[in-house]
Amino acid sequence: MTVLANQRLEINDALLAKLKLTCEEYKKIVDLIGKKPNEVELHMFSVMWSEHCAYKNSKPLLRTLPTKNKFVVVGPGENAGVIDLGDGIKVAFKIESHNRPTAIEPFQGATTGVGGILRDIFTMGARPVAILDSLRFGDLNIARTKYLFSGAVGGISHYGNCTGIPNIGGEAYFYPTYNENPLVNAMCIGIMETDSIVKSAASGIGNPVLYVGSKTGRDGIGGASFASSGLTEKSHEDRPAVQVGDPFTEKLLIEACLEAFKTGYIVAAQDMGAAGLTCSTSEMAAKGKVGIEIDLDKVPIRTDLLLPVEYMISESQERMLFVVKKGYEKDITKIFDKWGLDSVQIGQITDTKNVVVSYKGEIVVDVPADALVSQAPEYKREGIEPSYISKNRQFNESEIPDLKQEDILPTLHKLLESPNICSKKWIYRKYDHQVQTNTVIKPGGAAGLIRLKRCIARDTKYGIRNTETGLAVPLDGNSAYVYLNPYLGSMIAVAEAARNVSCTGALPIAITNNLNFGNPEKPEIYWQLSESVRGIKDACTALDTPVTGGNVSLYNEGSGVDIWPTPVIGMVGYLEDVSLAVGSSFKTCGDVILLLGEQKNEIGASEYLYLKTGKIQGKVPELDIRLEKNVQSSVRELIKRKLINSANDCSIGGLLVTLLESAFPNALGFTLSKLQAPSSKLRLDALLFGETQSRIIVSFSKEKGQEVENLLKELNCPYQKIGSIQEKFIEAKSLGIKAPINELKEIWQETLSIKLS
Amino acid sequence: MKFAVVIFPGSNCDRDCTYVLKDVFKQEVVEIFHTEKELSKETDCVVLPGGFTYGDYLRAGSIAGFSKIIPAIKDFANKGGLVIGICNGFQILCEIGLLPGALAKNKSLSFVCDEVYLKVVNNKTPFTSLYKKDEIIRLPIAHGDGRYTANNVDESQIIFKYCDKDGNITEDSNPNGSMLNIAGITNSLSPNSYLLTSNILGLMPHPERACESILGSKDGKKLFESIINTQVLAGKN
Repeated sequence: MTVLANQRLEINDALLAKLKLTCEEYKKIVDLIGKKPNEVELHMFSVMWSEHCAYKNSKPLLRTLPTKNKFVVVGPGENAGVIDLGDGIKVAFKIESHNRPTAIEPFQGATTGVGGILRDIFTMGARPVAILDSLRFGDLNIARTKYLFSGAVGGISHYGNCTGIPNIGGEAYFYPTYNENPLVNAMCIGIMETDSIVKSAASGIGNPVLYVGSKTGRDGIGGASFASSGLTEKSHEDRPAVQVGDPFTEKLLIEACLEAFKTGYIVAAQDMGAAGLTCSTSEMAAKGKVGIEIDLDKVPIRTDLLLPVEYMISESQERMLFVVKKGYEKDITKIFDKWGLDSVQIGQITDTKNVVVSYKGEIVVDVPADALVSQAPEYKREGIEPSYISKNRQFNESEIPDLKQEDILPTLHKLLESPNICSKKWIYRKYDHQVQTNTVIKPGGAAGLIRLKRCIARDTKYGIRNTETGLAVPLDGNSAYVYLNPYLGSMIAVAEAARNVSCTGALPIAITNNLNFGNPEKPEIYWQLSESVRGIKDACTALDTPVTGGNVSLYNEGSGVDIWPTPVIGMVGYLEDVSLAVGSSFKTCGDVILLLGEQKNEIGASEYLYLKTGKIQGKVPELDIRLEKNVQSSVRELIKRKLINSANDCSIGGLLVTLLESAFPNALGFTLSKLQAPSSKLRLDALLFGETQSRIIVSFSKEKGQEVENLLKELNCPYQKIGSIQEKFIEAKSLGIKAPINELKEIWQETLSIKLS
Repeated sequence: MKFAVVIFPGSNCDRDCTYVLKDVFKQEVVEIFHTEKELSKETDCVVLPGGFTYGDYLRAGSIAGFSKIIPAIKDFANKGGLVIGICNGFQILCEIGLLPGALAKNKSLSFVCDEVYLKVVNNKTPFTSLYKKDEIIRLPIAHGDGRYTANNVDESQIIFKYCDKDGNITEDSNPNGSMLNIAGITNSLSPNSYLLTSNILGLMPHPERACESILGSKDGKKLFESIINTQVLAGKN
C-alpha cells in the first residue's frame, strides 16, 4: 500500500480481483466520479459495492417483500425496523449475521456479531431489551466443529452478559453442510427511549460531525468485502479482517448514546459497522442528500501510522458517527466525558453532496456520496432449478418400510440424541437470560417472552400503565425443508415463527429476516434465493407480518461447496396482557392433552427420515395457510379465555418429541389413550415422527374440557384428543410402549454436553 | 426508607434494583454515580448492584474498588449503615475489604445462568429476619466468578448456602464450587463493636430478579422486606 493516496495507481486485473471488483464495475466507477479513483477511493468502492453493503445480488428480490401493516413505522433501509404498539411503546428489532468471521475466529466473530446488532438497535434511540441467536454448525463429531461451536457460544455469551441484555432464546441445528461455513445470526429487540426515532440521514449544512466511542485500530480491515466472498483454505490468512469486540465499551456507549439522544441535539446517528468510516460518512450524506467533510488527523486512533485506506475501511468496534446541531457539541461531549468515551468533532456537513476526506493537509478522497451508496450495480440473475431437486422428486416414500412397534422406543432414543432435537440448555445456561427482570418465558420454550413493565413509559406523557404487556420472539428456519423446497420451506419458516408466537398467546406482528445463502453467481443458488424470497413474501402477506428489514449473507461456501439455503425468520409478537401468557411445558397430572390441526401421512424431510436413511430427502410437509391461520387464532383464543395450561408447536421430531418437550421440564409423563391408530392412510412413523405442519399440542384441566371443545367447534378448528398427563411414565397401550420419563429426559438433557466434552 | 443504588461503569443490574425498590416496594431510591464523593443525606441502605464493572478486567470488582465513591461507602458501613452487594456488588465488597474472602472463577470455568435452591442458614440479620431459619428458597444466579473462598469465615457469618430442593447441602447443588456451598455472607462484628448485628451482606444470587410472580419466583421479596422492616423497627421510616 502506498502512503500517498494521490500517487498514480496502476489498475490491473490482479488488483481488481483483490478488491473483489469486476472490470465493468471499475469502468462504472470512473464514469460515475468523472476521474480515475485513487487507491483510497477505490478501496471505498470495493467495500461499499460489496454484496454485504450494497445487496447487489439480492436487492431486486428484496423489493418484492411486503413491508407495511398498521404497526410498522420504520421499514427496511434504516439501522433497524420499528413497530408502534400504541401507549408510547415503540419496538425496534433486527437480525444480523456474522458467519465468515466466526468460521475464522469463532469467539471474536460471534461476539462482534452481537455487538453490531446491539448498535443497530440503540442507534435508533432504543434500549436493547433482548437478544436471540440462531446457530448452524457442522457435524459435532468433528473436533473443529466443537471448537467453532464452543467458541461462538462463548462469544455470544460474553457480549450479552457483559452488556446486561438477556438472551431469551433462539435455535441451533447441526448438519454437515455447515462444517466449513457455520452460521451465526443474532437478533436484538429494543424499546424506544426517545420521543422521536433517531435516523441516519444527515442534514443542516455546517452541522458538526462527531466521532464517538472506541479508537480506530487496524482490526477488521476490509471486513465487508471479506464477508462477501467464499471461504477457502487460505481464508485463515484473512484473520485481520475479523473485528475484536469490547462489550464493556459497548455498555458505556449504550448509556452515553441514549443520554445524548434524549438531549434532542443529535440530528442523525449511524453505527460504524461494516465498512466503518466509509459506510457511515457516505450513507449519512447520501440519505440526507448533503455532503460530508472529515479530517482523518482528528480521528482518535489506538495505533500510530494508520494509512488513509486503513482509517477508511477499518471495522474497529464500538464506534458511532453523529451529526450534531451546531453550537451544542459541548453538551454532547460532556455526556461522553462522563462515560469516559472519546467524542471528537472530525468534520462537518457540506452542500457539495460529496464525501471529502483530508489527511495531513491533503485531500485524499473526493467522491459523490451517492455513487458509493446508491449507484452500485444490481444483478438480476437467471436462476436454474438445481438437479438435486428433480432427483428428490423421484424419491418414493413408500419404499421406506414403515416403523415396527418394537422399534418405536429405540427410534425415539435416537431422535432425542440428535443434536437437532436434544435440549439446548448447555448453550443457554451460559447466557444471562434473566437480567433486566423481564423474562417471563425463558429459553427452551417455543418462543422467548418478555414483559414490558408498567413503568416503561413513566417519563413520557403516557405515564404508568394499567397492565403489563409482553413481546414474544422466536427465531425459526428449518434449512432441511428449504434445501428440498426453497419456496415451501421458507413459507414454513415464517408460519412456524408465527405459530411459536401464537403458542404464547401473542399476536404475530412483523418479521426481520436473515438470508444465508451460497454463491449467487451460480444459477442454482440464485434460484434457491429467489424461490426462498418468494416463499417469505407469500407467507408474510398471508399472515400480515411484513418484513421490517434484515440482512443478506451470500457466498456462504466452503471450498466451493455451498451451504443449504438458510433463511432465518425473527418474529415479534405482541401480548396485550402478559399475565395471560402460556408456556410450552405440561403443568398438572390429569390434564387433558389435545392436538390442534390435522394428522397427515407425511414423513418427508423429517429428522426421523434423516436418521433412518442418513439423508435429508423426501417431500417437504404441506402448508395449508388457511388451516395454519385458523389453528393459530384458535390457540390464541384459548389462551385469551384462560382455558389452557400449555401450548407447544409440533415441529422437528414430530408428535412424540413435541409431547416429550412439554413433559420434560416438570418431569411429568403422559398416556396416549386416545391416539388415533395407524392405518392404510396413516403410517405409524408418520403418526409419531412425521413433521406435518399447523399442529399445536395443548393441555388443560378436565373441567375446562367442554368449554375447550365447544370453542374449537365454534371456530371450526380441527382437533383430536390424544390422551392425558400422568406421573413418571409415557405410555401408549395401543402401541405397546411404556418408558420412564426420567430415563428419556436424561438422554435429551445430556446429549449436547456429552458431545462437546 | 432511602436506598442508594450505586452505578459504576459496567454495572448492569442497577436499573433492576432501582425498579424493584421503587415500583415493587415503593421505597425512595437515589442513584449515585461512581464519581461522586458522598452519599445522599439520610441514606439508610446502600445497594451495590450486579454487572461487569470495568468489564471484569484485571479481576471482577477490583477496579470499581478504586472509585471515588468507595470511601463514603466504607465510612457509611463502618458507622453501621446497611450495605448489600449483589453478584458483582458482592465481588466489590470483598475487593474493598468490607467482607472477607474473594470470589474466584467458577469451577466449571464457565458463566452460569440458572435458578438454584438456597438455605437461609442465619436469619438473625437485618437482611434475613423475615425468613425462617433454614428456609429453602429459590433464586436466579448469573455469574462467571462466584466460587467463594476465604481463609477464615465464622459460621455465624454464613447467611445463604446452595442446597438441593430438599435442603441438603450437596456438591451437586453447588453451581460454582464455592467453599462450604457459600452463596452469601455478612461481615463479622469485632468484640468491641457497638453494632448489635452485622450490617453488610454480599451474595451471588439475584434477589431482585425474584420479587414478582410473573418472573417465576417471589422468594427474594423477604430479603428486601427484612431490610425495610429493620428500619421500621428502628423507627427510621
